[in-house]
Amino acid sequence: MTELVSGKGAVTRKALLDAISLPAFILFFTMMGFGSLARGAGFSAEMAALASLLIWGLPGQLAMVELTRTGQGMAAIVFACSLANARFMPMVVAFMPTLARGQVSLPRMLLDAQLLSINSWAMCMREFPQVESRYRHRYYVTFASSILLAAVAGTLLGFHSAVLLPAALVLGLIFVSPLFFALVLSAVPGRAERLSMLLGCVTIPLAHTFWPAVDLLITGVVGGSLGFALGNWWERDNAA
Amino acid sequence: MPPDDFWLIVLACGAATFVWRALGVLVTRRIDANGAFFRWITCVSYAMVAGLIFRMIVMPESELANVVLPIRVAAVAIAFGAYFLFKRRLVAGVLAGGLSLSAMVGLLG
Repeated sequence: MTELVSGKGAVTRKALLDAISLPAFILFFTMMGFGSLARGAGFSAEMAALASLLIWGLPGQLAMVELTRTGQGMAAIVFACSLANARFMPMVVAFMPTLARGQVSLPRMLLDAQLLSINSWAMCMREFPQVESRYRHRYYVTFASSILLAAVAGTLLGFHSAVLLPAALVLGLIFVSPLFFALVLSAVPGRAERLSMLLGCVTIPLAHTFWPAVDLLITGVVGGSLGFALGNWWERDNAA
Repeated sequence: MPPDDFWLIVLACGAATFVWRALGVLVTRRIDANGAFFRWITCVSYAMVAGLIFRMIVMPESELANVVLPIRVAAVAIAFGAYFLFKRRLVAGVLAGGLSLSAMVGLLG
């Protein structure tokens, strides 16, 4: 086992390096795509940047832009955006205790929750075992704010730039985001957790085919519950 | 010039997403981090996120849908190969996967 990363300077440095080494760039390019779509739907640059800052969840942002572009009503737009980002609820529940902060005030927790995105979530789940517990919050906030900054910058640049990249390269850039998550999560420990991810992949094609609007929620509950039950059963069996 | 309604849309969408985050905070304050409920909801999150990634790669709604499935799957395999070959460096895996997809599209598609 390698030594835990500890101390303010070392943890901040690690968080910044981990952000700059890849996730910040991925978000920058992904949000460039969002910025350009937002422009096409009639939003201003400030609105697009504010959307990245406040919504801070790409599926919801894309739902907002797409439904606005096609002229849907306000209620339908907000509902679709909200539903596309409903995954934040279980993610926040699962994430907050790993910060190991003990008792903190409600506003502080809400601020931490607002900063959360799938990138920080996955990266922290992977890196936290190597960070001393009392510095985890520092790692998280540093990492999450860095990539949020990159995302807002990318949104603005995407909005204003009319740079046309070769189609094959654009496809490679779009592909990088899910690829990054897949690689990060392949290192997550725990039998129940790994089983849940596997079962999530098995469930999603069915859920997406029959109930596309709530496919992720169904996938989470079905795959997660089965993974949880099987993982526990396995552990009990091997302990006995 | 976009109508003022659009500001309202952005703010309302931000608030509507925040509702889920706030609900998560309210729940997490009331549960035991070592208990079964916490471990269950962690599994739910993992299944959800894995499903999302699987959907993005296998059943994409983005422009990736124009790339045939075998190319996408091959690029994922190349990414994982490079990742493990280069001592689990994320950069190696992502670069190999992204570039190989671009190359395959350029050559075949």
